[in-house]
Amino acid sequence: MPATEVGAKTDFGLRCFERMLLIRGVEDEVQRMFAQGLVRGTTHLCQGQEASSVGVCAALREGDTMTCTYRGHGAVLAMGAQADEVFGEIMGKAKGLCGGKGGSMHLTDVRIGAYGSFAIVGAHLPIAVGLSFASRYLGDDAVSVCFFGDGTTNIGAFHEALNLASLWKTPTVFVCENNRYGEYSPQSLTTPVERLADRAASYDMPGVVVDGNDVFAVHATAGEAVERARSGEGPTLIESLTYRQVGHSRSDPAKYRPEGELDEWLARDPILLLERALVELGVAEDELAERRAKVAEEVAGALARAKSWPDPEPETRFQNIWT
Amino acid sequence: MNEISYRQGITQALADELEADERVVLFGEDIGAAGGVFKATDGLQERFGPRRVLDTPISEQAIVGCAIGAAIRGLNPVIEIMFADFAGVCFDQLANELPKYRYMTDGQVSVGVTVRLANGAGGGFGAQHSQSVENWFLNIIGLKIVTPATPGDAYWLLRAAIRDPNPVLYFEHKNLYNTTGPLDEHEPVAIGKAAVVREGSDITLVASQLMRHRALAAAELLAGEGVEAEVIDPRTMIPFDLETVTASVAKTNRLICVQECSQGGSWGATMIAALMAESFELLDAPPIMVGGDETPIPYSGELEAAWLPSAERIAEAARRTLAY
Repeated sequence: MPATEVGAKTDFGLRCFERMLLIRGVEDEVQRMFAQGLVRGTTHLCQGQEASSVGVCAALREGDTMTCTYRGHGAVLAMGAQADEVFGEIMGKAKGLCGGKGGSMHLTDVRIGAYGSFAIVGAHLPIAVGLSFASRYLGDDAVSVCFFGDGTTNIGAFHEALNLASLWKTPTVFVCENNRYGEYSPQSLTTPVERLADRAASYDMPGVVVDGNDVFAVHATAGEAVERARSGEGPTLIESLTYRQVGHSRSDPAKYRPEGELDEWLARDPILLLERALVELGVAEDELAERRAKVAEEVAGALARAKSWPDPEPETRFQNIWT
Repeated sequence: MNEISYRQGITQALADELEADERVVLFGEDIGAAGGVFKATDGLQERFGPRRVLDTPISEQAIVGCAIGAAIRGLNPVIEIMFADFAGVCFDQLANELPKYRYMTDGQVSVGVTVRLANGAGGGFGAQHSQSVENWFLNIIGLKIVTPATPGDAYWLLRAAIRDPNPVLYFEHKNLYNTTGPLDEHEPVAIGKAAVVREGSDITLVASQLMRHRALAAAELLAGEGVEAEVIDPRTMIPFDLETVTASVAKTNRLICVQECSQGGSWGATMIAALMAESFELLDAPPIMVGGDETPIPYSGELEAAWLPSAERIAEAARRTLAY
């Protein structure tokens, strides 16, 4: 690899490293906040899937749109959301991303292209098609990226959305984050096909499999799909193979996992893999440690700020029903 | 006076909004090349092109979801759900996504989607293609619900729905498509305003869509018996113009609500509950709901005719109320 390429790859890797650490840090804190009773309802964490969301979102540019699921803290942070506003929303604070009206499952920040986290499985796939239909109609070249899980490929909206996107050649990139479990059930129990990317053939669109724990690989694969969409060639289905290191939601201890499975995947932790790659590229261990400390401080500061924010005024519940 | 049909009122409203606003885009099943199964979009693709009037697969979830996404990016989509009953296959999009997206994001997005749905009984379409589907959505906050009964109302309310920046479900009654009425001298109609369509001092009949016309026929029967009925068409179910109904009941002290559907969870039940809570003292007799029977809607002409409230059944309810 020429030196300039090494430099560019290193810079990119370090940016991803910080963003992935931020996501990991936020998710670890949210897990603790739950234990402390600071979060209501439920929450769905994404530790172990950081390379997938960061690698894809790094392939986007200003004006592109991203939609994701209730396991969406990572994707929204990957787009560039402020950690304090994410924490604030998860705690239901007035200065949270959605003024405390959305919560953990509905993080949205349209200022940065994060058009919503959706809590009904599959519901946002047709909406993502609509976002990109508008690009074509308006004649701009914005691409719409849509994250969802392996379980989503079994719901009707998946079929309707991919079919329409391919028919109309909308600039949509469908990213299936296959974390091996649909809620509490392994893929083998719910899905007759092993490679979910194969399902793209039904819609005459490319189906691509990528190692979802390798941020460089994810970024390259997403980059190709985004370029394809932007140049008018239509949608792509990416299957990003990854692993959910925690249970489905806070009430799930994930005891259904076969013994040893978690350890195998922890050995392939995306942050660990990236760290190794960066060392190989010549980054000093000290620098990585410094960056870790910097991000940890950022997370702690964001959490402290968000905790200090006031709750919403009760009267605000009547606001923003209507335009 | 220039008469148009209810169907033409809808087509004209769509054409005028397509003409007025480049952001207006139409899509749905068979609405383009075929002009719609009820021909309400006839000629629009020819005139405005396939970029603005698009045929879709039979995919109601995709139709509604795509409209939501397009609206958020600033388009003004008007979509068709062929038979209103098909709302059942895209209920998540209509009930969970469309009305709540703005609220859950605390106003970060506006979802100005107009959904046209063909509603109602009387045409022999059976139990799955004949229901008064507006009632399914009464308990969902964030949707406006429009139910025109005349060509003029159909025209003006559709234009108002398309211009409204909020989600609007616009129900077209299948058995009114061929009815005719004036457009030229018809005043513009705003969403949320009822119409007093016949004045009277003895009893108030509130009825929408097909039932508005039957209530008027019942009023004529009653007039022959010396009873003057006031007939009110709410025209929109959300927001509901309770003020106009209350003003009428203040005068007549008697109320009949006529709907096509069975009673539970209906707009009539909601209206009567509100009126009883706020204006109980205005009533000299218990309000009566006249509706379809408590059965699914049957197919046979004989059975369906018996199922639907007739002018005579409405008049009979009025007589009972007056005799109370």
